[in-house]
Amino acid sequence: MAEVSDETIIKIENVTKRFGKVAAVDDVSLEIKRGEFFALLGPSGCGKTTLLRMLAGFEVPTEGKIYIDGVDVSNIPPNKRPINTVFQSYAVFPHMSVFDNVAYGLKFDNVPKTEQYSRVMAALADVKLEHLADRKPDQMSGGQRQRVALARALVKRPKVLLLDEPLSALDAKLREAMRFELTALQEKVGITFIMVTHDQDEALAMACRCAVMDRGRLMQLATPSSLYEFPSNKFVADFIGSVNLFEGKLVVDEPDHAVIESEEMGGKIYFDHGVSGASGESMWVGIRPEKIELIKRVEGGPRPVMEDAPEDCNVLKGTIKQISYLGSESIYEVVLENGRKMQVSRPNLSRWDQEDFTWDDNVWLCFHGDSPVLLQN
Amino acid sequence: MQNWYENKRFFWGTMLAPTIWFVIFFVMPMALVWIYSFGENNGLIDVEITGTFKNYKHVFDRDVLQVLWQSIIMATIATLVCLVLAFPVAIAMTFADDKTKSWLLLLIMLPFWTNLLIRTYALISVMGAQGLINMGLLGIHNFLLGAGLDVGTFEPKQLLYNKTAIIIGLIYVHLPFMVLPLYAALDKLDRSLIEASLDLGAGHGETLFRIIVPLALPGIAAGIVITFIPAMGAYLTPDLLGGPNDLMIASLIERQFKRANDWPFGAALSFLLMYITLIFFALRSYFEAKGGKVSTGH
Repeated sequence: MAEVSDETIIKIENVTKRFGKVAAVDDVSLEIKRGEFFALLGPSGCGKTTLLRMLAGFEVPTEGKIYIDGVDVSNIPPNKRPINTVFQSYAVFPHMSVFDNVAYGLKFDNVPKTEQYSRVMAALADVKLEHLADRKPDQMSGGQRQRVALARALVKRPKVLLLDEPLSALDAKLREAMRFELTALQEKVGITFIMVTHDQDEALAMACRCAVMDRGRLMQLATPSSLYEFPSNKFVADFIGSVNLFEGKLVVDEPDHAVIESEEMGGKIYFDHGVSGASGESMWVGIRPEKIELIKRVEGGPRPVMEDAPEDCNVLKGTIKQISYLGSESIYEVVLENGRKMQVSRPNLSRWDQEDFTWDDNVWLCFHGDSPVLLQN
Repeated sequence: MQNWYENKRFFWGTMLAPTIWFVIFFVMPMALVWIYSFGENNGLIDVEITGTFKNYKHVFDRDVLQVLWQSIIMATIATLVCLVLAFPVAIAMTFADDKTKSWLLLLIMLPFWTNLLIRTYALISVMGAQGLINMGLLGIHNFLLGAGLDVGTFEPKQLLYNKTAIIIGLIYVHLPFMVLPLYAALDKLDRSLIEASLDLGAGHGETLFRIIVPLALPGIAAGIVITFIPAMGAYLTPDLLGGPNDLMIASLIERQFKRANDWPFGAALSFLLMYITLIFFALRSYFEAKGGKVSTGH
């Protein structure tokens, strides 16, 4: 991990951006730390790109303020901001060589010619392109052009580097390799990276912290593991990874445990911890597929009991209807007694595990008291 | 259907009529004129094709060269002014929203669809001694007199029947020829290139000259060629707006065929214009080949 300080480099304060009547970004406030690899994550149209464009200076916030390193930049044009962007299309200048592309931004910083040369070559070395300095962009692959765009932005030594969907245009293998390379590069240069992506895997794999956005609003800001394990609302739980969502009523609400009765699931869900802040009649519970255990069920056999939950909680009856074998794991679609479907995943730890269950097997579905999460609607 | 031209019967079924038309009304008359340019006058009406280069040598006479030179100068000035005027218009059209864009396009095209003669007479009525401009100047003059300033008596400005009038006319008539190819080139430009330039610290002027203009170069070349060629060969505009000595090459050609009754020399002059046009097209395709290599970059 790169050196992340406690210092705030970017502060977004109650920023709203309206296009006509539509609020593309709706009252978003967040802070980004110096040296952080930050991700803005959300489905298309969630406002993440608009927020990025406001950071770069291509859009002006309708309301609110943006501070970079303590300076209010809300009305400062893009060419005067200590921030550079790697565009989704890379936007490499087609009429210039790789060297001239990278040197372009230095002309406006009054860097002397000799220093320009060494800085350009160093930036090209950082992205492993020093041998292609004389090439024209049309003689390069997409991946190489992206590196040119990276070098061109980094050579300016910006305080913050913005990356707009950096991996979306690459093919699958290259994408995977580029993930590691981008994180390594970020560690090496120590510049704050802010990445916009719709791909949750990308965000979880690369970022120190992610801001999940939906319909212009910030839904949750947390580390990747917190987003996955402790989603604060239904949207985040559903958007990050897969989840089984059930609506239910809070029937027991104690400081150290709680029970939700869900008609939709056909059973009771026991939490081995208090659910402070829970309010309202109806609420949502999410359970991740890998946090559910499958046990073979024989007609007339005993009902299993979870050691950390009361007898009648966290155990359900079902039948396997679909199986997706994915190699490292298998995903089972189980139909509950009331007809509702649930997803359960199971790692194939040995080479024979996938043969334990087959279609139409009757099963028990069990989960621990710390597995379900209570979600705000 | 993609290889429709590979089906011979279909190809000739659709192409025969246009081909015949083209041969009878374009290729043959052009060939005739071309042959005339190697002929000599024999008596009053007869032309004898002697294969002489006399007519082409005649082109290098001082008075002919002067007309040619004058035509080139006026067409060049008109083309350059068109370029300077059209570039901001094309940029405005590129960045305007769809509604404004179609209005601007209509405004550019409207004069284009109006008869040239009407447009030229409209220009005369604006620039004449009793025209709009002189009336406006007279108004200002009278206002200044009324304010007690001694500005003397009003003399209408002589705006028409000189070279400036021809150039203004050429600019007016040919501006759309310049706007459209520029707009076509700029509209194709990837906007993120402009944003990238700004992002890297360039101002708007630097972005214009380092990114937009170089990438619009094929469009600029196309615009220059299709503005210059008709401006160079313009007949009506210099004829109506120019003075008796402000000849352009087209008027000289017309004189050979009519008043001077020297068809071979007229033919040679016509083909001189053709040769210049062909040179320009060669230059244009050279620029396009160069530009094409650039634009495949994205």
